[in-house]
Amino acid sequence: MSSDYEISDDEHEYYEYDDEDEEMVDAEDGSASEIEVDGFGNDFKVGVRQERKIYEVDYSALSQPEVERIMQADVDHISSIFGVEPPVAAILLRHMNWNKEKLIEKYMDNASAVAVAAGVELPPREPTPPPSKSSSSRGSMAGPQRTTRRLSADKGSDSKGKRASPPIDAEPFVCPICFDDSQTEFLSLLCDHKFCAGCWKEYITSKVRTEAECMITCMAEGCNIAAPDPFVEKALADDRETWSRYQELLVRQFVACIPHLKFCPYPSCTYTVSCPAAATKSSLTQIVPIVTCGASSAHVFCFGCPIDADHRPVVCAVARMWLQKCEDDSETANWIKSNTKECSKCQSTIEKNGGCNHMTCKKCKYEFCWVCMGPWSEHGTSWYSCNRYDEKASIEARDAQTRSRASLERYLHYYNRWANHEQSAKLSMELHAKTEKKMEEMQITSALTWIQVQFMKKAVDVVFRCRMTLKWTYAMAYYLAPGNQKELFEDNQRDLERAVEELSELIEAPIDPETIMSLRQKVTDKTVYVQKRNEIMLEDTAKGYLEGRWRWNTHVEGFDTD
Amino acid sequence: MAVSSRRLQKELMDIKKEGTPVGIELLKADDFSKWILSVEVLGDTVYKGEKFALMFRFDNQYPISAPAVQFVVDDKWSAPEHPICASILGSEWSPVLSVVSVCVTIQSMLASCKVCPCLTAHTRAALLTGRGFSSA
Ligand SMILES: [Zn+2]
Ligand SMILES: [Zn+2]
Ligand SMILES: [Zn+2]
Ligand SMILES: [Zn+2]
Ligand SMILES: [Zn+2]
Ligand SMILES: [Zn+2]
Repeated sequence: MSSDYEISDDEHEYYEYDDEDEEMVDAEDGSASEIEVDGFGNDFKVGVRQERKIYEVDYSALSQPEVERIMQADVDHISSIFGVEPPVAAILLRHMNWNKEKLIEKYMDNASAVAVAAGVELPPREPTPPPSKSSSSRGSMAGPQRTTRRLSADKGSDSKGKRASPPIDAEPFVCPICFDDSQTEFLSLLCDHKFCAGCWKEYITSKVRTEAECMITCMAEGCNIAAPDPFVEKALADDRETWSRYQELLVRQFVACIPHLKFCPYPSCTYTVSCPAAATKSSLTQIVPIVTCGASSAHVFCFGCPIDADHRPVVCAVARMWLQKCEDDSETANWIKSNTKECSKCQSTIEKNGGCNHMTCKKCKYEFCWVCMGPWSEHGTSWYSCNRYDEKASIEARDAQTRSRASLERYLHYYNRWANHEQSAKLSMELHAKTEKKMEEMQITSALTWIQVQFMKKAVDVVFRCRMTLKWTYAMAYYLAPGNQKELFEDNQRDLERAVEELSELIEAPIDPETIMSLRQKVTDKTVYVQKRNEIMLEDTAKGYLEGRWRWNTHVEGFDTD
Repeated sequence: MAVSSRRLQKELMDIKKEGTPVGIELLKADDFSKWILSVEVLGDTVYKGEKFALMFRFDNQYPISAPAVQFVVDDKWSAPEHPICASILGSEWSPVLSVVSVCVTIQSMLASCKVCPCLTAHTRAALLTGRGFSSA
């Protein structure tokens, strides 16, 4: 099953991007030119993948085995220069958070101190303990020296027994954790703290599974000796699932230590993205590093911050500020998010069920804009002053009360539009299903083939993605300082928004078999136009970051205040 | 027999055979899910002569994972307190530690006045007045 097809039967040639998970894997076999990195790139141009767009970031996706190879290279390097076994080198690297230079420097300075701290070497013997203590600790079962006091009950019986019969091996060894005398297999690390194989397995499984911990140390109290990978593998025995979870945790620990790597945040995904261009904090004032992990084109996330979505065109710091504000003000703003509103003419309840903002009251036929509730007639032709907030109101506000109301109104203006695009985008996902049905109908009622009806699906996708851009432009506009630049930004925003609403309206209209050919033409044309507007929006903001053109109305982390 | 039960059985036998360290008493151990011990602070401290009751709860992961331990005040041993935040019950837990060794550690924590921040004023007051439990 493949969704890879090409439309070339009309003047707007574009080929479809892959949006099935398995397609990305296929793309590895030499057809790299067809990989659509972010879903925006090639839509209305033909041919091989062109150069990176100004709003795109250079990055590569790595599978778990690929990351493991990078780790192995580091391990082999350390292993050869320190002259230690690779599993020991791996522990040393993990201990030093994979900072190879720092490890080499510290190790050259004092190898033993590093080895002890990492748990690959026993600590130097403590200054001669009092004679009574040393004799009793010799008789200790398997417990480390520090348990003398804490395990006094065990100890008492033990040392007595040992003193009575000097040859230590005479008594069979019993695991000091489970006291199960039927156990016969015992394992210990270089510290010689012996425990039965069953307890080791339980312990490592619990560390890996419930604590997501991959730095396993000895079970004895206060013992810092680390378990090398072969020991872990042996102790886990036939539990391959925990072993592979352990290996994944090792990769995660490595990736978390390397600034230019990030693990895919999507559940149960094991891919990593390498993005050196976004590895520094200062780079995040210049670019919005949106990446896809390589396992699935749906795994879109930001390399620079914890947002698991494409938040272009707004930079990470501003996006996070905005989300924080929305969270803080969620109660005030909650009512707007609601899916129903009252018709401002007849007060009957109106439910929004598509993504389009052009609403018509079923009862009184009043046409209005869902966002501002104003009559649609004011929007239709002389579109769209609906995106710009009239700052005058807040400037003119004199007393504190009016000011605070004005500032809330200002916030609501942006939030309203933000939430609306989010809501509409969600609804247009539902529209996907409806569209598929429509496409089937079209094939029956018209002479169009399956490939020829793909324009609908394409249009729905484009609307969805452009609503995401629009959504974040409102977060950006909220924080932009007033002035020429902001006005230009809002002009672009308005043009994109108008185009999206028009396309949205087209795809939600009922299909008349008579006019399907002209509808197809209209939708295809509009889709191309919307993408162009989206390009302009993203390109211009990206350029603005590089030129340092954007000024904020508040302090934004990483930006100079002026 | 589950590992946790076998292990607790062994600890119980040791306590019966060897007794408990000074200041520590086993008050209740009817099953392998919940035990209660008392800890008396030794030495010259603000808690001198006070007895604290500790409730231990075990799941079947014991002793691989630490028991949940909390101070209790009334006869029903049901004070809804937060488990004690001692490091040996968290990141420094070792499966070779036992109920008695945990009591010894808490005893020395109390002696050095390093009291768990989760020990609320209410519980502390009740404990300090010695109200709530009787040592048989
Ligand atoms: Zn064992
Ligand atoms: Zn050890
Ligand atoms: Zn992924
Ligand atoms: Zn970000
Ligand atoms: Zn109406
Ligand atoms: Zn409007």
